Amino acid sequence: MKPVVAFYWCASCGGCEEAVLDLAEGVLNVADAVDIVFWPVALDFKEKDIEAMDDGAIAVSFVNGAVRTSHQLQMARLMRRKSKLVVAFGACAQLGGIPGLANLATAGDILREVYGGTAPELQFTDNGHTLTLPKLFDSVFPLDRVIPVDYYVPGCPPSPKIVSDMFDTLWNGQLPEPGSVLAPDHAMCDECPRRDSRPQELKLDRFHRVQERVIDPDRCILAQGIPCLGPATRAGCGSRCIAGNMPCTGCFGPTSRMRDYGGKALCSLASVVEGNEVAEIDRIFEGLVDPVGTFYRYSLPSSFLERKRLE
Amino acid sequence: MSEPFGPVRIGVYICHCGTNIAATVDVKALAEYADLLPNVVLSRDYKYMCSDPGQDLIRQDIRDRQLNRVVVASCSPHLHEHTFRTALKVGGLNPFYFHMVNIREQASWVHESRAQATRKAKDLVRAAVQRVAFHQPLERGRVAIQPDVLIVGGGIAGIHAALTLANAGKHVFLVEREATIGGHMAKFDKTFPTLDCAACILTPKMSAVRSHPNITLWTYSEVTKVDGYVGNYKATVLRHPRFIDESLCSGCLECIEACVYKQAKVNDDFNMGLSKRRPIYIPFPQAVPQVPVVDPETCIQFKSGKCKTTCIAACGDRHAINLHMEAKEEQIEVGTVILATGFQTFDARRAPYYGYGKYPNVYTALEVERLVNASGPTAGEVVLRDGRRPKAVGIVHCVGSRDENTNRWCSRVCCMYSLKLAHLVKEHTGAEIFNFYIDMRTPGKGFEEFYQKLLSERVHFIRGRVAEVTDWALDSSEEGNLVIRVEDTLAGFVRRIPVDMVVLATGLEPHADAPEVRRLFNISCASEGFFLERHPKLAPVNTFTDGIFLAGCCQGPKDIPDTVAQAGAAAAEALALIDAGYVETEPNTAHVDEERCCGCKTCISMCPYHAVAFVDEIHKSRVNEVLCKGCGTCVAACPSGAIRQNLFEDDQIFAEIEGVLSNA
Amino acid sequence: MPEEFEPRIVAFFCNWCTYLAADLAGTSRIKYYPNAEVVRVMCSGRVDVQFVLKAFAKGADGVLIGGCHPGDCHYQEGNYKALRRYRLLRRLLRQMGIEDERLRLEWISAAEGDRVRAVINEMVETLRKLGPLVKSDAARAHLLEVA
Repeated sequence: MKPVVAFYWCASCGGCEEAVLDLAEGVLNVADAVDIVFWPVALDFKEKDIEAMDDGAIAVSFVNGAVRTSHQLQMARLMRRKSKLVVAFGACAQLGGIPGLANLATAGDILREVYGGTAPELQFTDNGHTLTLPKLFDSVFPLDRVIPVDYYVPGCPPSPKIVSDMFDTLWNGQLPEPGSVLAPDHAMCDECPRRDSRPQELKLDRFHRVQERVIDPDRCILAQGIPCLGPATRAGCGSRCIAGNMPCTGCFGPTSRMRDYGGKALCSLASVVEGNEVAEIDRIFEGLVDPVGTFYRYSLPSSFLERKRLE
Repeated sequence: MSEPFGPVRIGVYICHCGTNIAATVDVKALAEYADLLPNVVLSRDYKYMCSDPGQDLIRQDIRDRQLNRVVVASCSPHLHEHTFRTALKVGGLNPFYFHMVNIREQASWVHESRAQATRKAKDLVRAAVQRVAFHQPLERGRVAIQPDVLIVGGGIAGIHAALTLANAGKHVFLVEREATIGGHMAKFDKTFPTLDCAACILTPKMSAVRSHPNITLWTYSEVTKVDGYVGNYKATVLRHPRFIDESLCSGCLECIEACVYKQAKVNDDFNMGLSKRRPIYIPFPQAVPQVPVVDPETCIQFKSGKCKTTCIAACGDRHAINLHMEAKEEQIEVGTVILATGFQTFDARRAPYYGYGKYPNVYTALEVERLVNASGPTAGEVVLRDGRRPKAVGIVHCVGSRDENTNRWCSRVCCMYSLKLAHLVKEHTGAEIFNFYIDMRTPGKGFEEFYQKLLSERVHFIRGRVAEVTDWALDSSEEGNLVIRVEDTLAGFVRRIPVDMVVLATGLEPHADAPEVRRLFNISCASEGFFLERHPKLAPVNTFTDGIFLAGCCQGPKDIPDTVAQAGAAAAEALALIDAGYVETEPNTAHVDEERCCGCKTCISMCPYHAVAFVDEIHKSRVNEVLCKGCGTCVAACPSGAIRQNLFEDDQIFAEIEGVLSNA
Repeated sequence: MPEEFEPRIVAFFCNWCTYLAADLAGTSRIKYYPNAEVVRVMCSGRVDVQFVLKAFAKGADGVLIGGCHPGDCHYQEGNYKALRRYRLLRRLLRQMGIEDERLRLEWISAAEGDRVRAVINEMVETLRKLGPLVKSDAARAHLLEVA
């Protein structure tokens, strides 16, 4: 009997689904090795098929995307009930992801912005039929805020190597400690091709946005004054962004020794600026135009504060 | 949470500290509260935890109840953390399984509401209980002590400390900024209350310093840089050029006689500007070293290059004068440092209502010391700037002391030296002497008796704070005099007292450059600017920086007996370290988790002590635990949490934060 | 805002300057509001931004960081790092809807016992007017949606 697996997507962009397909020929091995019983993007199984299964019948559910609607909450709970293992797949499920930046607003703010004065009704009955819409929560939650999660696969999206390693681990290797992140537990600088060009005495006197200068493809990006979060971000992605001459934005999230990703990254980046006077320091930081967007791009819901203060 | 030998077992001890804590914090309720906290197996309250029986409680409980963590809620850890850590050690437990809660200085002594203080104490105890569960066993390192000592300042404090240590067989570097040692005491005429001649008791000690084989005396020199830590300080001493080679000079002083300036023209600082000196000079006849100095600002040869240099001719074939001498830097390694940099006197111009600098016959006390001194500018005759000899002298106490407008503190020595000067001036001139005082502070041995003696010498004592010294005469009897206006508080009316001479008893202040000096040695200053001692009662010569000690007025105003006593104490502290041979280092250092380090090098630039180095072979950082001072800056700066700090781990601090807010 | 709202402040004090100043306030028996609870660190440079965020997340209405005056840090430069982190963190907190007054960085030397009183009292009075960080039960309601 082949192990039974399921894929589900909550508040997601579809990139994590692509990430599985990015295995290219490898995906055929996966398809051979397992029985996929649920994959809304690709296969035609229905939620009621899952509901009909026994609890724990699914060996592994890979859930990507963050939770921000009542339906996603319901589905997350359903997948948890029906699965032995749940893997939070991708940055949104692990940390809240880019949709997590909506935690700077409320559901009301968003609906007003999109629909003007008229918000959609959650229930609409016409001609004997009732249509329902899920409720939009005020906040975005990472998966483990709503269900217990067994493993995390980081990345936005997870890189092909991380995904294939994940399948290897789950199928062939020994299962790591529950709660582990299936990626190396140290930061990216070690794997970065430019690591030797980062100076020992780094003192920044200004920050630039990526479009403000031509980035030297051979030098450490942070040393060029562009905020690169590689030193604060878990390794395993293969430094694809760096290879594309762009700074790391932190999609692989924290190492196990960091508790609030954005806070630690901010603390570290602020420590390497010059300036001993308030005016000079503030001027240097003017180059960082959006601290939340820079440091919590993928991780706002999983931070200590979780969201902007509610009224 | 588990240990290899079992779960965490915490003992909590709440100290009453007599009524210091118990009067405000409900210690019983606190102990009961602690008993219910997770991992706490016992909770006691006791009158004095730091006492022997108190410490015994801990030692017994460790054995009988298998405690593996201890929390004591009492006073400040600055006072007794060491005491309790030792108690743990004696009880058989690693001393760092201990955490202390401050519920006295930071709770019972500063809050009035019993309910609030108790609530706060509960939060703090809870925080400690949660934190201590994460403590790890730690070992102190040992560092050898370099036996040499650096003493900065060659006044009586520095001299006494240097002789004490040198006699004990230790090698001392005595560095003095001026061209001679002796400090302020060399300027005094007689010392109170015995009226010993200051030079007579000082100069033998100065000689002893010069001839002691264990003392390297560097005058006209300054410490410019200090690196290192207790037992291993590296200092740079800048030796300014005297332009006379000390090793060749015989001290005959003929060069001074031979100087082309037949009339001395430069203000003589040693005589407080009351006389002049030549550009080549010796500060005073008994100066040590007995070697003149050339002042490049006033010497013609330096200014124009056109002098006949009769001084060099007079030196003859000793060739001791070298006008091309350059400043020299010496690097020394010492284990301990004693700071004996002394004081400066209050600048009387800051009290313009007393007329100093305006009226020529207003003097400061130090100027008068020089006047009455036989080797002073007037050979011991009290002759005023306008040539007169005074018939009436007013001595004004508390100039720049006990004053909200200038310095708030009492300078401790001025009452006594004002009495002394009253006696000396009266003896030299027979004039009528008036002392204007606020209180008569004569606490030392023989001091009150000295005051009584002055009373019997018919010196007038008027209790009142002098408001003003003026030359504005109210009537003819005041013409040509200085008039002192003062409220005679015992008599109950304002008086005008005409005098010929006014002596201002100026107070003692820290040196103007005390802030720079203290930064050089990484110690603190107290609010008045004097160097800060570790504890005003229990550690008056130690500073918060191990291995650096204080002696004399740089720590606070005091007289010569107390200065000498303190210098001896500082020498003893240094000796204790040196003879122990090693010092134990604090274990709260940082260390890199090499598995987690990604080699980003952020930490390298964080450390001012260069304690973090990058190891190229493994592409990771490493902390040198001997150089690490334990500040934790690199720990916070590490972007991925790969550096940790013993005793201040993230886990421990997060637990403390959660504990403090657990009832929020 | 509840009638008798008493703000909770977590204070990170550096061992050499601010902690000693607080001890001095104690030995001088200077009285001040009991709202602040001290977490001792060796240097203000040890204060990780995560600590400040954790304190706010766990219910602190204000966070106070106390260090040595610039130029006087016992460890030379740790307080400058604290200053830089603080300036950037302020901007982040503003984006998160947390007012500037809730996070304070103060330089307090070992001799300034009275300043400890002044800073804490001033902060308590300011926070009493600002109100609690968590404004009402409604502010926690977003968590109930997924309870």
